[in-house]
Amino acid sequence: MKKRLNDTEKTSCRIRSHVVDMSYRSKTAEIGSALCISDILTVLYFNILNINPKKPKDEKRDYFVLSKGHGAAALYATLAERGFFPTNKLEKYRVNDGIFHGHPSRGSAPGIEVSTGSLGHGLSIGTGIALTLKKENPKVRVFVLVGDGECNEGSIWEATMFASTHKLNNLVAVIDDNGFQGFGKTREIHKMNLEQKFKSFGWKVLKTDGHNHSQLKKTLTEARNQSKPTVVIAKTIAGKGIPHIEHTLLAHYYVVDEKTHKNHYAK
Amino acid sequence: MKKNKNIIFLTGDLGFNALESIRTNFPDRFINVGVAEANMIGIAAGLALTGKKVITYSIAPFITLRAYEQIRNDICYQNLDVKVVGTGGGFNYSTHGLSHHSIEDLAIMSVMPNMEVFSPSYSWEAKESIRAMIKSKGPAYIRLGKNPALDYSKPDFKFVVGQGYIIKPGKDILLMITGNILDYGVTIANIIKEEVGLNICLVSMPSIKPIDEEWFLKVAKNMKMVATMEEHSLHGGLASKISMIFSQSGLNKKFLPFGIPDRFIKDVGNRDFLLKKSGLDPETVSKKIIQCLKNI
Repeated sequence: MKKRLNDTEKTSCRIRSHVVDMSYRSKTAEIGSALCISDILTVLYFNILNINPKKPKDEKRDYFVLSKGHGAAALYATLAERGFFPTNKLEKYRVNDGIFHGHPSRGSAPGIEVSTGSLGHGLSIGTGIALTLKKENPKVRVFVLVGDGECNEGSIWEATMFASTHKLNNLVAVIDDNGFQGFGKTREIHKMNLEQKFKSFGWKVLKTDGHNHSQLKKTLTEARNQSKPTVVIAKTIAGKGIPHIEHTLLAHYYVVDEKTHKNHYAK
Repeated sequence: MKKNKNIIFLTGDLGFNALESIRTNFPDRFINVGVAEANMIGIAAGLALTGKKVITYSIAPFITLRAYEQIRNDICYQNLDVKVVGTGGGFNYSTHGLSHHSIEDLAIMSVMPNMEVFSPSYSWEAKESIRAMIKSKGPAYIRLGKNPALDYSKPDFKFVVGQGYIIKPGKDILLMITGNILDYGVTIANIIKEEVGLNICLVSMPSIKPIDEEWFLKVAKNMKMVATMEEHSLHGGLASKISMIFSQSGLNKKFLPFGIPDRFIKDVGNRDFLLKKSGLDPETVSKKIIQCLKNI
């Protein structure tokens, strides 16, 4: 029996469809990552973040930083679905005279808080934002989405150390744990136990299925209310939604062809 | 920091015998982020995104080279209000060795859009450069050397970003110097006066980017030749900026740039020794200027 989708799950499906469409139109890759974070972004933007699309610069808003900037297509689609700008703007993704780069550029559209692209930058920036807010607006939360492969970068651990020393309980890192990075499987390239590592750096560690909306809601809500910086390790599937690229390295480099585009929309 | 409560000061675990008073007087706005320059710049970007004016501090090569990508992507690309302070520019950390020499910072910092670059020569210029940097709302880099023994400031000096200051007036040769190698310039001017009786117009240049082109052309106009001198690679620093003005303005004068040659100076020795190895000692520079004058 086909599962009945709830509202946010339906939204995630629309976001994935936008992503597929954006890749097809622009003939560009890096959608594997966008597809696998679509559920996390949906739950964040529709259930967790205190934001108002009508007031994207509201002083009391929560911040979101996409440290793994290559998932940008999903961020743009989520912002459009959430009402920050019309969905037809997504046609301006990675095309001449476009609006959206393959990686987020601050100011290119409402809701894009930080420019990212090179890995290992976003958590430090989020940490700086959290440092101000902890004093001036302690209820506000800063969420930073980091890739599992991105945790190879030393600056991630510099930021992790700093956040724990400064007791930044308003900072939440979400790890998109899809098991793949640029040229191989994450745990084959480095035998790194993320859970132990974050714990040893003084962070609270929570785990969730990165595609299960009720689990995501519960875990991300819990992450908001901790006494120390918190990481949510979200197990995800690279290329989620396009069966023949799921769980593959190819998902990162895949460009949607006509047949896949057609099949996706036929579903 | 006393006047502007919005300023946050970050150091990459350096500042012994220099930053203690800031740490004591502004404990809430002074943070030692540890030996982690990349993270320091990222944090600075985050603070600036929430409206803070941030000063980041370390030894020049560490802050410019280790955190270069963060300075480019996080600070300059997003045009944020973060100031990068690099101490010990050039050979000021002489016997520490090559890792501590900073001979390319002016080039790599000034090549980034939105970045202003300062290289003061002595305390008045340092104070004024810092004042100008704090007043502006974008990214800036300042290279600090050691303060020369002499104070070159004059009562009529008024600091304008992009302009230089006449330390010694003269009408024959324009010698522009950036950084604390300025004290060599005074010796060079004396040698040339003594040996060939010509007067050097010695100009100290605390601004590397921008340089006020109109001001430069006015100063250079009636000179027989123009020379630049810097404790920095010949590539990308003051010489490069001035030669660009030459080529774009069509200024037709003999131009002689003095800087560190395109090789690593691996010799062991104090600052004067290393400058001599680089051909920047006053005797060598004076000799080359006199030689060049003979050919004009």
